[in-house]
Amino acid sequence: MSLKTFLYIARRASGIVLTLIVVSLMVFFVTAFLPGDAAQQSLGQFATPDQLEALRKEMGLGRPAVVRYFAWLYGLLQGDLGMSLASHAPITDLIGARLGSSATLAAVTAAISVPLALVIGITSAMFRGSALDRSLNAATMTTVAIPEFLIATLAVLIFAVKLQWVPALVFVQDIDSPLEFIRAYTLPVATLCCVITAQMARLTRAALVDQMSKPYIEMARLKGVGPVRVVLSHALPNTIGPIANAIAVSLSYLVGGAVIIETIFNYPGLAQLMVDGVANRDMPLIQACAMMFCSAYLLLLIIADVLGVITNPKLRSL
Amino acid sequence: MSDKELGSPLISAQQSTTVFEALNRGMSRRDSLRLLGGAGLMATGVGALLGTSGSIWAADVPTGKHATPKRGGKIRVAASASSAADTLDPARGAFSSDYTRHNLFYNGLTFFDSKLTPQMGLAESFETNDAKTWTIKLRKGVTFHNGKNFSAADVVYSLMRHKEPLTGSKVKSLAEQFADVKAISDNEVQITLTYPNTELPAVLAVSHFLIIADGTTAFTTANGTGPFKCAQFLPGVRTQAVRNENYWKPGKPYLDEIELIGITDEPSRVNALLAGDVHLIASVNPRSASRVQQSANAVIKTTNTGTYTDLVMRLPQPPFNDPNVVEAIKLLLDREQIKKAVFLGYGVIGNDQPIMPGTPYHFADLPQRPYDPEKAKFLLAKAGLSGARLPLVTSAAPEGANEMAVVLQQSAKLAGLNITVNRVSADGYWDAHWMKDPFGFGAINSRPTANIQLTQFFKSDAAWNESGWKNEQFDQLLVLARAETDDTKRKQMYADMQTLIHQHSGIGLPMFVSTLDGVSTKLQGFDSIPVGGLMGYQFAEYVWLEA
Repeated sequence: MSLKTFLYIARRASGIVLTLIVVSLMVFFVTAFLPGDAAQQSLGQFATPDQLEALRKEMGLGRPAVVRYFAWLYGLLQGDLGMSLASHAPITDLIGARLGSSATLAAVTAAISVPLALVIGITSAMFRGSALDRSLNAATMTTVAIPEFLIATLAVLIFAVKLQWVPALVFVQDIDSPLEFIRAYTLPVATLCCVITAQMARLTRAALVDQMSKPYIEMARLKGVGPVRVVLSHALPNTIGPIANAIAVSLSYLVGGAVIIETIFNYPGLAQLMVDGVANRDMPLIQACAMMFCSAYLLLLIIADVLGVITNPKLRSL
Repeated sequence: MSDKELGSPLISAQQSTTVFEALNRGMSRRDSLRLLGGAGLMATGVGALLGTSGSIWAADVPTGKHATPKRGGKIRVAASASSAADTLDPARGAFSSDYTRHNLFYNGLTFFDSKLTPQMGLAESFETNDAKTWTIKLRKGVTFHNGKNFSAADVVYSLMRHKEPLTGSKVKSLAEQFADVKAISDNEVQITLTYPNTELPAVLAVSHFLIIADGTTAFTTANGTGPFKCAQFLPGVRTQAVRNENYWKPGKPYLDEIELIGITDEPSRVNALLAGDVHLIASVNPRSASRVQQSANAVIKTTNTGTYTDLVMRLPQPPFNDPNVVEAIKLLLDREQIKKAVFLGYGVIGNDQPIMPGTPYHFADLPQRPYDPEKAKFLLAKAGLSGARLPLVTSAAPEGANEMAVVLQQSAKLAGLNITVNRVSADGYWDAHWMKDPFGFGAINSRPTANIQLTQFFKSDAAWNESGWKNEQFDQLLVLARAETDDTKRKQMYADMQTLIHQHSGIGLPMFVSTLDGVSTKLQGFDSIPVGGLMGYQFAEYVWLEA
């Protein structure tokens, strides 16, 4: 890795810190505008004024918002995410239990959807205009257009309720054999794959088609290079940058955007935790989740960009 | 059944309860017999406090088929909500999933049976002369899950902590009546109340007053005396309960293990039941009920809990400072239509007062307010509101409010009143809108006793006096009724209070909404305890698995 590439990564990393601070500020103050606070949400519809006052004091909600923000930031810099206001548990505990679940779901989905998307994208680019290309196009367009809750609900109705092949919910704690793992994860992973595979496949195809119209491909063809080799060893290396970016954006969706899947399959993931946090006005929890999602997103994008830079000599001089 | 028949004062209380039963049986006759059969397994009543009130159920009990409970097995139960705010602290219980969890692990001094009569739990007896100073004898030989002996100190601690604001107790206002709770001996507690209250045994059956061990401050796990021990508690994920081999009720519980989860999404909850992944689900939407009924592996069980969504008219604010307007709006509630269209028949018609038919103090002779747009029109004209616009705030937070608002809007047109429906977000509704807008909706879960219900929501100085109704006569009756030990006199007082609310308060109460549970056909012993769904949150020690 050249010094330039290293410097590039360093510059992007410092950008992350700045972005995270801006995001945390926005999350903090936008959440502050929501009606009610953590004390009120915790005590519920029938809270009495003296209870509210006591609880607000205990939660430290009496302090001005700016003071609370900096207290949180100070804790974060020392590696302390704080305590959840709603459940009185350290946030690291709450997140720790669910991080593994979210990561498993994302990893399995990525392991299936990325190769699948590449195969679909490359195949349809290679046979552009053919019946195969058109049917693959139609299939990906359809899965992108159908909302995931519909796919998931229909899948549950057919495969879990009617046929009873797979369970309707995922019980993470009860999985102790590979077969059970496959049974439990089939529906959620399949649904998520429907959503993100289509996007990645279409972007892969578009990037390849774009390259295929370039003069150097024509030159390669004129020299007698076969159609498979043209795509795989000439066009594909030049599209790694854009394809990596498309994959990064799609995968980042798996980190925080799986909330619908988590709800339908009762999957204990991070997205659901953040929704709980908002419902309970649990500021430290919301912030912690926001920071995690944001970091994961930025990290994925950086990896994609670095891949793009490494594989494209033209970009290295930037 | 028409309004006219219901409104007739000639109909007797007995007839009306029979009709109510017939109307509200959300199941076939055979189902209901099987259901009631389970009741025979429960302890027989000891509480004479509620008199003959439970007769409508009692008449049905002996006919059921008696099944023998089987031991063993594991079930999964899905409550309707679960979040990071789930708690093992009984005092902080906020949702039905919390109450259910607490009943797995803890016992109360008393508990409700299927007739809402308080039965003795950790208490052996209640004694009092004046309904103000109570001596409670405690059960001996009961141990907590960690092996500690249950004693008076645990009761004192469990009850008195509710008065501490930082406990965050949901029943702090109820606990204010405990002037003093002290241990007389290891097995005897004396409770002194600030005012006489004959209903103390019922008050203590509320899940928030379940007994925890003296000095408990951390609730990462549960240490109770209940039928199950806490094996794992992950807020927002699951609660794992295993049989307490040392449980003090002989032979109970039947199940080896219960896993309690929360599935917020209702269709997912129903799917999980139909797919056989869970054995019991709470809060089935009336619209999903037929799907469950048609399946071979689950049935619907309804419980009439006295929960209601009501129309709130703030009396201190115009135009509701004019009694004519309030009366007109109440007359515009098409109760039959609301019951049929909004709740698909799963409920009981209400009469603008909060005591549900079939409960101990319901006043059945109170004439039913009819649906009468003509009279409403006349009253509105008298108030100078003909052709006026009236904004009504609704939200999805009170169940069915959005739909009820539309029904009301249509009826109001017939009376020349233009109601503009203003839908607001369910998130933060209770804080920003409930009891603040002059014309809106509230939703109240039933309280364990009539007195608690009336005290919390209708007393002039009640924090949740929804319509801001002030009535001195009502307040006096309320206090007198608590101290009245004569059953007949007390009933008359409750009848008078219901009449006052019906006539003067700013509450339009079109109907009581039933709670629907989905129960796997493999699960037996499931009865209805009108405190709430899931057998009044207490199913854990009653049900068993049929292979």
